[in-house]
Amino acid sequence: MGPIGENEFFFLMQGLKWTVLLAIVGFIGGGIFGILIALLRTSKKKVARTVTAGYIGVFQGTPLLMQLFVVYYGVALLGIEVNAWIAVAIAFTLHASAFLGEIWRGSIEAVPKGQTEAANALGLHYVSRMKDVILPQALKISMPATIGFLVQLIKGTSLAAIVGFIELTRAGQIISNQTYRPLLVFGIVGAIYFSICWPLAHAGSGLEKRMAKAAR
Amino acid sequence: MTYTFDFGAVLDRAPELLWGSLGTLGLALAGMLLALVIGILGVVARTSKSEITRTPVIVFVEVVRNTPFLVQIFFIYFALPLMGIRLNPTVTAIIALGINGGAYAIEIIRGGVESVSRGQIEAGFALGLHKADVFRLIVLKPALRAIYPSLTSQFIMLTLTTSVCTSIAAYELTSAAQRIESDTFRSFEVYFTVTAIYLVISTLMMGLFALISRQYFNYPTR
Repeated sequence: MGPIGENEFFFLMQGLKWTVLLAIVGFIGGGIFGILIALLRTSKKKVARTVTAGYIGVFQGTPLLMQLFVVYYGVALLGIEVNAWIAVAIAFTLHASAFLGEIWRGSIEAVPKGQTEAANALGLHYVSRMKDVILPQALKISMPATIGFLVQLIKGTSLAAIVGFIELTRAGQIISNQTYRPLLVFGIVGAIYFSICWPLAHAGSGLEKRMAKAAR
Repeated sequence: MTYTFDFGAVLDRAPELLWGSLGTLGLALAGMLLALVIGILGVVARTSKSEITRTPVIVFVEVVRNTPFLVQIFFIYFALPLMGIRLNPTVTAIIALGINGGAYAIEIIRGGVESVSRGQIEAGFALGLHKADVFRLIVLKPALRAIYPSLTSQFIMLTLTTSVCTSIAAYELTSAAQRIESDTFRSFEVYFTVTAIYLVISTLMMGLFALISRQYFNYPTR
């Protein structure tokens, strides 16, 4: 058995850096495409609604690990030279866009219909109606679910380890193989995830309770 | 683009994919049952008056829900042998799935139990219903109906999570895919096909759950 020293800890922190980066990129990229998905999903055009419903259905109905594999090898087939980091980031962006799109669709539909009617009566066109009236309210409604998904996404980045990407979990696996202290190493790795996810989850459910109280 | 797709190499291994799918269904089903048992026991402990039983359940739920399943399954995989328990990877995977699903089930079931209002129960007794009937008709059925949508979607998520069990070489669809990949080098074709199989599995499960819901919970509430 080897000791868990400064070097091992530093290696884990390097992994953590990639976990956080991956989650941030996936969340921001997924957020940008997610808004698009949500708007198409709630549009008047049936084609747009059907296509985005299918897109969401595929990502919600298949394992994240498979999505990672398909995108990882799919990007390589396109003949573009990309490194593992870009391929994995693309996969998480697509995954997040489907889930955030579905969450935000729900929030857009949860904004009272009177708001849309009032905006129409004021002569606002689609862009202004969405940007100034509907989306700000929808964003507020969606906050607890959005934070909940962010926690899922952070935990989900651990699956990049199976594709071979060295983030926190993969770093833990490597250290565990070197030191033969799997319980200690995965205990530490789990504690690091917990210290990121728990405060977020806590903030999300606190927000949910406050909003439920305000709605009453 | 010069690549030519060859799905034939994958389809030649169809029997393996079928067995893998059955392995996935088996893992999912066993995991769900264990999750349900942990969920019910957890709620009994969580809603008890004694803090000694309540606190561990709260900690368990928070720890499991805020750490990745992959880390959990590694931890369990290495922890069990140290406790002198030697199990094959598939059984270890079922335990990990049950523990993971159980933590979510506790929160969902607790919500259902709390949703049954006191007044309804009193009304049941006032109508002269037997205690068993009050539990069955007024407590259990509405509570089940209340938690059914979240519990079943959690179960579908658990089914998709079984793919992570490949990391400890449990017998299921993803590990079958990885075997076929390393034999044929048709990575994209293999994972594309298997992703489609997962989509079929989860769609069928969703349909089945909806059918059950229409059969058993199709009554007016007001």
